[in-house]
Amino acid sequence: MASVKDEILEYVVDEYIDEDSDTEINYDTPLISGGIVDSFSMISLKVFLETKYNIQIPDAKATPEAFDSVNNIVELLKEFNVE
Amino acid sequence: MAYGPHEKNLFQEELNSIKQAGIFKEERIINAPQDAEVEVEFPPGSPEKRVLNLCANNYLGLSSHPEVIAAAHEGLDRRGYGMSSVRFICGTQDIHKQLENKLTEFLGTEDTILFPSCMDANAGVFEALLGEEDIMIADRLVHASIVDGMRLAKAQRDTYKHSDMKHLEKKLQLHQDKRMRVIITDGAFSMDGDLAKLDQIVELAEKYHAMVFVDDSHATGFIGKTGRGTPEHFGVLGKIDIITTTLGKALGGASGGCVSGRKEIVEMCRQKARPYLFSNTIPPVVVSAAIKVLDILSATTERRDKLERNTKFWRQGLGDAGFIIKEGETPIVPIMLFNAKLSQDFSKDLYERGIYVVGFFFPVVAKGQARIRTQLSAAHEMHQLEKALDDFIAIGKKYNILHKTKQEIIEMYGM
Repeated sequence: MASVKDEILEYVVDEYIDEDSDTEINYDTPLISGGIVDSFSMISLKVFLETKYNIQIPDAKATPEAFDSVNNIVELLKEFNVE
Repeated sequence: MAYGPHEKNLFQEELNSIKQAGIFKEERIINAPQDAEVEVEFPPGSPEKRVLNLCANNYLGLSSHPEVIAAAHEGLDRRGYGMSSVRFICGTQDIHKQLENKLTEFLGTEDTILFPSCMDANAGVFEALLGEEDIMIADRLVHASIVDGMRLAKAQRDTYKHSDMKHLEKKLQLHQDKRMRVIITDGAFSMDGDLAKLDQIVELAEKYHAMVFVDDSHATGFIGKTGRGTPEHFGVLGKIDIITTTLGKALGGASGGCVSGRKEIVEMCRQKARPYLFSNTIPPVVVSAAIKVLDILSATTERRDKLERNTKFWRQGLGDAGFIIKEGETPIVPIMLFNAKLSQDFSKDLYERGIYVVGFFFPVVAKGQARIRTQLSAAHEMHQLEKALDDFIAIGKKYNILHKTKQEIIEMYGM
């Protein structure tokens, strides 16, 4: 079974990287500050996490910093007992 | 007075950080009417310089057209300067209704409502129409005013990869449980100059029962055989539920915008759209001139045909010279330089040669996508474009970027 980390990475690549793009992403790649995910498109990432792991992330916790890399997201999910 | 050193320092710090990030915007002073060539004072206080303007949204060259100016004078003489009212109190004149009707006819829709700007139209339309049971699904490169409008609405939000129809379809499938779905896109994208695939979008909208919203600000007046915009270009006139567009670009370039589309949708905006309800009516002078613009465009396609010829020449010329340009057919032609500093140096050198263009870089465009955006106009004459092309080639040679790949340019200058 894929780890949470890999599930998120896979979603981010599918959702945000164009097919013809040469951008490569790893667990630490800055997503929002790196200009890969804009703060507006971040919404679909939040919806994905909430649906996939059956949790509710309050807006106060869904900050650009918390979503800025796959590793940051994994840390955030730990607060919701998703590991 | 509560504005002291504390507040002053906070603002100063933020302004400094904008400067440090290299994104501090400075206005260039133009001492002339908007036209193919303008007199510019830049930086302020410098000697005036006459330059070819390749960065205006004056696509049809109507901003200073004698007939448009005469119509503006007539509006001023017959209906006065200001209305001192919003539309629904005592700010609607006969000419406001005339302009709305003419826009409806021109765009091939059912009804139209004027807004003080297209920014206002986009800011007001979603909140007026949608509730929290509804979903807005937007292309990721839509204009900032749409992003703001979506933020103001209670409806749920999602996005799809730029012009990626497979991704859009996936999102439409995902949101079948919502009460209403709206696909939101620009008609022509202002930074890349490409067109939304409206024929395919309409097909998907029919398949998944969604409404279609198009901001056609960078297309109305010149895209499509008779300039009706992207719906005409893609053969879907009458199938777009909500069109927003501007009078501030091709249609005379002064100000004002509108929502045009389904009768009930326009009526909902008249009842509920806050920028319409709570800001002043468009002044008679602008309304009168805009009516003349639509009369000119309905009588002849001469100006959009000339713009099309200019665009073909410019795209072909830059491509043959070895520049990397964003492919497309609009008069928005981005020349890709990838590196932010290079885009600034390049535009500076062109300015020295009498060419007025602006370099764009992150966060206006994605990182590593710095460019110079050129915009053609029907006001440009061929000899002006030929000279401009020579100047671009000379500067292209100086920086050794002609006939180079993206990778080679990045290796020389970095991302």
